[in-house]
Amino acid sequence: MEKFKKLTGIAAPMPLVNIDTDMIIPKVFLKTIKRSGLGVNLFDEMRYDRDGNEIPDFVLNKPQYREAEILVAGDNFGCGSSREHAPWALQDFGIKAVISTSFADIFFNNCFKNGILPIVLPPEQVEVLMKDAEKGANARMTVDLEAQEITTSDGQVFTFEVDAFKKHCLLNGLDDIGLTMEKSAAIDSFEAQAAQSRPWI
Amino acid sequence: MSPKTLYDKIWDAHVVQQDDDGTCLLYIDRHLVHEVTSPQAFEGLRMSGRTVRAPEKTIAVPDHNVPTTLDRASGVIENEESRIQVEALDKNAREFGVHYYPVNDVRQGIVHIVGPEQGWTLPGMTVVCGDSHTATHGAFGALAHGIGTSEVEHVLATQTLIQKKSKNMKVEITGQLRPGVTAKDITLAVIGATGTAGGTGYVIEYCGEAIRSLSMEGRMTVCNMAIEGGARAGLIAPDETTFSYVKGRPHAPKGAQWEAALAWWKTLYTDEGAHFDKVVTLKGEDIQPVVTWGTSPEDVLPITATVPAPEDFKGGKVDAARRSLEYMGLTPGMKLTDIEIDTVFIGSCTNGRIEDLRAAAAVLKGKKIKDGMRAMVVPGSGLVRAQAEEEGLADIFKEAGFEWRLAGCSMCLAMNPDQLAEGERCASTSNRNFEGRQGYKGRTHLVSPAMAAAAALTGRLTDVRELI
Ligand code: SF4
Repeated sequence: MEKFKKLTGIAAPMPLVNIDTDMIIPKVFLKTIKRSGLGVNLFDEMRYDRDGNEIPDFVLNKPQYREAEILVAGDNFGCGSSREHAPWALQDFGIKAVISTSFADIFFNNCFKNGILPIVLPPEQVEVLMKDAEKGANARMTVDLEAQEITTSDGQVFTFEVDAFKKHCLLNGLDDIGLTMEKSAAIDSFEAQAAQSRPWI
Repeated sequence: MSPKTLYDKIWDAHVVQQDDDGTCLLYIDRHLVHEVTSPQAFEGLRMSGRTVRAPEKTIAVPDHNVPTTLDRASGVIENEESRIQVEALDKNAREFGVHYYPVNDVRQGIVHIVGPEQGWTLPGMTVVCGDSHTATHGAFGALAHGIGTSEVEHVLATQTLIQKKSKNMKVEITGQLRPGVTAKDITLAVIGATGTAGGTGYVIEYCGEAIRSLSMEGRMTVCNMAIEGGARAGLIAPDETTFSYVKGRPHAPKGAQWEAALAWWKTLYTDEGAHFDKVVTLKGEDIQPVVTWGTSPEDVLPITATVPAPEDFKGGKVDAARRSLEYMGLTPGMKLTDIEIDTVFIGSCTNGRIEDLRAAAAVLKGKKIKDGMRAMVVPGSGLVRAQAEEEGLADIFKEAGFEWRLAGCSMCLAMNPDQLAEGERCASTSNRNFEGRQGYKGRTHLVSPAMAAAAALTGRLTDVRELI
């Protein structure tokens, strides 16, 4: 998993509430054998018409937001299913942080597993950030995980909460696998001892 | 030292590290892989630049999607998504250097049949696979359970799993089975008695005289369906039956290692006085040939019974039973033996082994299936198929009117073209009778291989005891 420390990037505003996992990545794209490559179909039904042409009005199709790395979203982002395809699609597109007043629980956890930082802030602060994002590509926002701070393009600072363990994992790019790999010495010595006691394995 | 259960002993032998809250890092001896739940896991390794930690302990085989028709060796898989998944496994297996049995290898088959057959599954091991029926391998006294795709990746990368221990449950089948009653009837009868959630949170150890008397094939059938009973895994203590099955298999230990292994395996039993959190006891003599009438494996009744009414149940099960009856197109009060069927499926990781085919063939020998019946045998592996041909079983099936297929999961889950059409009714030796499991709106009655053969002959659910 990629490390997340501090990010200065373009934030795209998506004020719609209740954006669910089917909107993030529609069901028809789940038969893939990959978790990469889902980015082109991120928000597919909002992003393309039936013939596959881009809908120019959709935020991520606008020239100033095509390189967005942060989403500022309406309430209850990521509700619906538990499948990891939703964070896989966001991550593949290049989204590294999502800011909202609230997230669906499972989606929230899945984000951390996939190197995405979901940030919960009070409505009035999300509103300020939404306005800031609406300014377009020159309005770069900074998300600093270490300091737990978001800085708007004009220098306003908001602090946010994050679970200490999850913060540690993101800062160091550790998923479950990464964490277990930190214990590789213990696994090595278990294997060495098993090779003695149960050599037929 | 306090007395331990078999589960305790295997668990303790595999703990790499334990946290204060009881979470353990558990070492995995064998990792079985199939094409449906592994692509994203391999992809994950690739994306993070990781490798498979122990490719020599990792065994891959395509089974869920593969066609079972005789022309498959020559042709490509028509369904594009299926083909892509199988091709992905081909590529991943070769790239990461794991053991691999491709579609055209005679040893290919259902992963849970191939593992034991090749001697990959041994007593006292931890075995995992991205598939819930991994429980099958518990028949060897191995701790075996299914895992999700993220965990598949975790095991590939680290050869360990982060786990908390389950509780111990004992299921004892005393005495002996009566003629016509099989391992499938035992395992269904247990689920009928405990419910599909009866085993939730537990690892089950099956024991008692009736279990001891079972062959390895029968024991695998029993453990296979531990998962339908809600348990994380099923276990049977290894004994002479186990050792003689394992001996001489391609990947079983040999020579001095065999002796060393045997010495340890003989210590793998539940100590006198060890604690079980739950105990269930059934009398072998009381178990009858059973069938399922509904859409949950717990909807089990002796073949001599009648279809129940929703009012026979309590609580939430009343509505569930009503829905099941409607889906299955059955009327309360009708005799189970009056239910007409049009399809028979013999196969799956529950009942696709040589002994299952022998039991079915014994019923079919010299007879013809009912006119218009679609009946197929899908051996669990290429080697089971070959052996059945050698023993003359294939001819019995073919002469009776069965299709004789190549190995795979086939109509157990209908991911390949072997499916029930809407409204078709199947006597099936598989393990799940869920809505749509064998095809959209298809109707499934779970039975033993002998009962499936009997149904093929008469065209309705039949008490096999009348035919033997
Ligand atoms: S035979 Fe059926 S239950 Fe067994 S692994 Fe295949 S699909 Fe799963």
